[in-house]
Amino acid sequence: MADEANRQFAGLSDTAGEEDEFSTLDEPVKETILRDLRAVGSKFIHVLYPKRSSVLLRDWDLWGPLLLCVTLALLLQGGAADKEDQGGPQFAEVFVIVWFGSIIITLNSKLLGGTISFFQSLCVLGYCIMPLTAAMAVCRIVLVGGSGTVSFIVRLVVVTASFGWSTFASTAFLADNQPPGRKSLVVYPVFLFYFVIGWMVLTFSPSQ
Amino acid sequence: MASTNDPFQFQEFEEAGNLLEANRDATTISIEDDDMPERQRNAAGFTPDVDDEDPHASDDKTELLSGQKKNAPFWTFEYYQRFFDIETHHVKERIIGSMLPWPGKNFIHVHLRRNPDLYGPFWICTTLVFALAISGNFSNFLLNLGKPDHKYSPQFGKVTIAATAIFSYAWFVPLALWGCLLWRNNKIMNLVSYSFMEIVCVYGYSLAIYIPAVVLWIIPFEWLRWCSIVVALCLSGSVLVMTFWPAVREDHPKVIAAIMSAIVLLNILLAVGCKAYFFSKPEAALSPAPSAALELTKAPSAT
Repeated sequence: MADEANRQFAGLSDTAGEEDEFSTLDEPVKETILRDLRAVGSKFIHVLYPKRSSVLLRDWDLWGPLLLCVTLALLLQGGAADKEDQGGPQFAEVFVIVWFGSIIITLNSKLLGGTISFFQSLCVLGYCIMPLTAAMAVCRIVLVGGSGTVSFIVRLVVVTASFGWSTFASTAFLADNQPPGRKSLVVYPVFLFYFVIGWMVLTFSPSQ
Repeated sequence: MASTNDPFQFQEFEEAGNLLEANRDATTISIEDDDMPERQRNAAGFTPDVDDEDPHASDDKTELLSGQKKNAPFWTFEYYQRFFDIETHHVKERIIGSMLPWPGKNFIHVHLRRNPDLYGPFWICTTLVFALAISGNFSNFLLNLGKPDHKYSPQFGKVTIAATAIFSYAWFVPLALWGCLLWRNNKIMNLVSYSFMEIVCVYGYSLAIYIPAVVLWIIPFEWLRWCSIVVALCLSGSVLVMTFWPAVREDHPKVIAAIMSAIVLLNILLAVGCKAYFFSKPEAALSPAPSAALELTKAPSAT
């Protein structure tokens, strides 16, 4: 019973369980950081193998989305975006697209009568960017080898697969909380969001 | 409540469903607005088969009952939730209705039925913005595919420009039209008047036909692009004209002509402007090549 109570409180790091520690102020800093890292890591694993579980929803946090967004924005730099006249996304543009897009999708699903809370939805959408960030890293490695037709086809396949994975993972978490008859209305904006991010990843061209 | 031991435990929504499964005859309260008019109608003694015979008669009842809904002030969330009260099949019907105009079937009367939504216009406009930017980029890429000196750039700045153009068309033109119709209504009593949200809704859904047209513009044949523009213009223009015809029918003929031609002209302007800005003509891409060839022939002759 005490374990159950502790598990329920896992996402709220400053409330105590029923064990001897009543405050987490006295623990070493390494413990605090490792606990949050373990929570983020477990959510990454849930995105990798999306089943219908409520871990992402129950213990939401925004560290993972922030980390993924910064990584994606950094990986999209260093391309043709360095010159002013080229049209790659700037760091701030990636941030705005990811966060503003997530907020609009969350508002949309709440207006359509969803039961998920605002930050839970932001958490799910942010974590499900992980496959696209991994695809971006793979694309950059492939582009080191050259940017001909073969590399384009490889990148296209990788980006398409990770876009499908992101959409599937996020709908596995989000679609259950919608009233029936409106599920596609909620899923379509998520599809559009990941499609736009996938296009940004695919059209990244390195400076030569 | 037997499953949990701590009364201060934060309960999640899934547990309510589990509790209900465990104890099926527990009393439940369902708060669904769409069921209520039906129940009230049945309770008031109207037999269901009367409603089935004449679906339009139920509009009167739903109007009376919807008048009982409280009007939330515009700064609350509930006010905007009113405009998202639709199902997937409604959106599908409205999109198809906007692409296939039928003479005599007014879009607002047939499809909206006093339930304008903001979901359709907003997401159709957003999809059109991205479709325009991505298709334009892709068609430029295809045009410049063989050239070694051309550097591909994704050109994200164009997304902002596309968004500004399309969203201002979808919001300011309905605003102007609504103001115009309101002004004419003061002078001449019209039987038909549309609310601002209904006009926004019609304009939003009328842009839906442009999404497949924009994707078709990727193919770099000018005749195909002009064909698809003309078809899309005819379809969306006729939907708009047939929708607004009853609202201006009783007016002075010059005013009718002015309003109708303004609607059609702005539509044409949007379509042609987007095509010209985002999609360059295949001939324009070829013209730098002859001038480069001329320069090459001039250089050896100069030496």
